[in-house]
Amino acid sequence: MLVTVSVNDREYTRELEPRMLLVHFLRDELGLTGTHWGCDTSNCGVCVVLMDGDPVKSCTVLAATAEGHQIRTVEGLELGAVLDPVQEGFAEEHGVQCGFCTPGMLMTARALLDRQLARVEADSQVVERLTDDEIREAISGQICRCTGYTTIVRSIRWAEEHSRRQEGDRDGIAIEG
Amino acid sequence: MLQQLGPDARLLAGGHSLLPMMKLRLATPAHVIDIDALAGELGYIRVATVTTSGTPELRIGAMTRHRDLLESKLLAEKLTIFTDAERVIADPVVRNRGTIGGALCQADPSEDLSAVCSAVGATMVIRGLDAERVLEMPEFHLGPYRTAVGPAEMLVEIRIPLSGQQGSAYEKVDRRAGDWAVAAAGASIQLGGRRIEQAGIALAAVGADITSTEAEQLLLGERPSDALLSTAARTAAQYTRPVTDQRGSAEYKRHVVSVLVERALHTAIARALGDGT
Repeated sequence: MLVTVSVNDREYTRELEPRMLLVHFLRDELGLTGTHWGCDTSNCGVCVVLMDGDPVKSCTVLAATAEGHQIRTVEGLELGAVLDPVQEGFAEEHGVQCGFCTPGMLMTARALLDRQLARVEADSQVVERLTDDEIREAISGQICRCTGYTTIVRSIRWAEEHSRRQEGDRDGIAIEG
Repeated sequence: MLQQLGPDARLLAGGHSLLPMMKLRLATPAHVIDIDALAGELGYIRVATVTTSGTPELRIGAMTRHRDLLESKLLAEKLTIFTDAERVIADPVVRNRGTIGGALCQADPSEDLSAVCSAVGATMVIRGLDAERVLEMPEFHLGPYRTAVGPAEMLVEIRIPLSGQQGSAYEKVDRRAGDWAVAAAGASIQLGGRRIEQAGIALAAVGADITSTEAEQLLLGERPSDALLSTAARTAAQYTRPVTDQRGSAEYKRHVVSVLVERALHTAIARALGDGT
C-alpha cells in the first residue's frame, strides 16, 4: 500500500507492506537509524519517537497509522548544526554511556520539556520546576542498563534549566525554581 | 467493512494489544482496520444527565486513551478508581497510544480496566451497522480474551452510573514498574445514610470471575466497620483461583488479594464519605 508519512517536517511516500512497523519504516525505508529497535514488545523504549509531539513506541505503531501525523525522530532534534538543549544536557551530565537507550530518552525528555514550556506560556507568572519524580515517571517506560538513571535525570534537569534561561531571556518570563 | 470482511478482520485502535498479539502470531487477522482516525470522535469523557435509566452517567468514548483517563479531572473527582488504576497501567509512553476500548476488547485476564469497569457497574455500548446493544460487564466480558462483541460490531462507549455518596479505589501489586499485576483489586461503594447501598468488588489476574459477588453480598445494607471489610476481603480472596507462575505462588496471590481488597474498600469508603483522599 502507498503510505505518506511526515518525518521531521518532510513528507515521505513509499510503497509498503501494510504490516510494516513505524520503527522499520524509519530505519529501513528512510535510513534514519538514529531511532533504535530493541525489545520489539513495547517495553524497552529505545524506539520512542514523537507523534504529534507525544512520545510513542514506534515498534508498536504501524507505519500506515502514522500517515496524517507529524513524526519527529532524534535526527530532528538538531537544528542547523545547533544541538537541542536535551542533547547538550546528556553530553554535559554524562547521560550517555553505551548510547543504546539514548535516542528514546532524548525524545521523551524533549516531549516532557515541551509540555513544561507550554505550561510556562499558559501561566507566565510562576511555574514550578519539574521534580525528580516527574522526570523519573516520564522516562519510566524506558530501560537504561548503564547509568542507573541518575545521570539521565540530571541531564534532563540540565536541559530544563538551560531552556528556561533561553526562554526567559527571550520572553522576559519570571521563573522561580 | 467489518460486515464485508467477516471474522478475519480485526479493528486496530491504539495498537498496544493487537500488534503484540500479531507479533506472537496469537492473532493472525487477514485484514486490519485502523480506526485511529476515530480517536477524535470517540475520545471523550463527559457527564450525561439525561439517560434512559434516569440516573446521571459518566460516558467514556472507546477511543479515549489511557493518558486522557489518567489526566481527567472529572474522573479524579467522581470515579477515582480510574485515576488509581491508570497510574499503574503500563508506562506513560504506552498510555499515550493505548485506548480503553482496545483494553476492554482484548479482555486480558490481567488487564486492569475490566476490573475497574466491573467494580463500578459499567455498561458497554456495542454498535453494529444497524443496531446498538448495551451490555452489563458480566455479559460483555465472557472470559480470557473473549467478549460479546460480534464480528461486525464495535465497542463505542462505556457508561458508568453516578450517584452522590460514591467512592472508589484501585490497588495493584506488580513486580516491576508498569508490569502486569501479580494481583489487583478494585472497589466501589455507594453509601446511603451510614449504610452500604451498593458495593462493587472486582479483581484482576487471579483467575476468578472478575466480580467478587460473594464479598459484595456481605457488605450490602451493612454499616462499614473494620471487621466487616476484613471479612469481605477474606471472602473475596477465598473465591479466587490464582495459578502459580513467575509472578508468584497461588497462595501468595490469594493473600495479596485479601490485603488489596481490604485497602481498596477502606479507601473507597473514605472517599464516599468525602474526606478527599
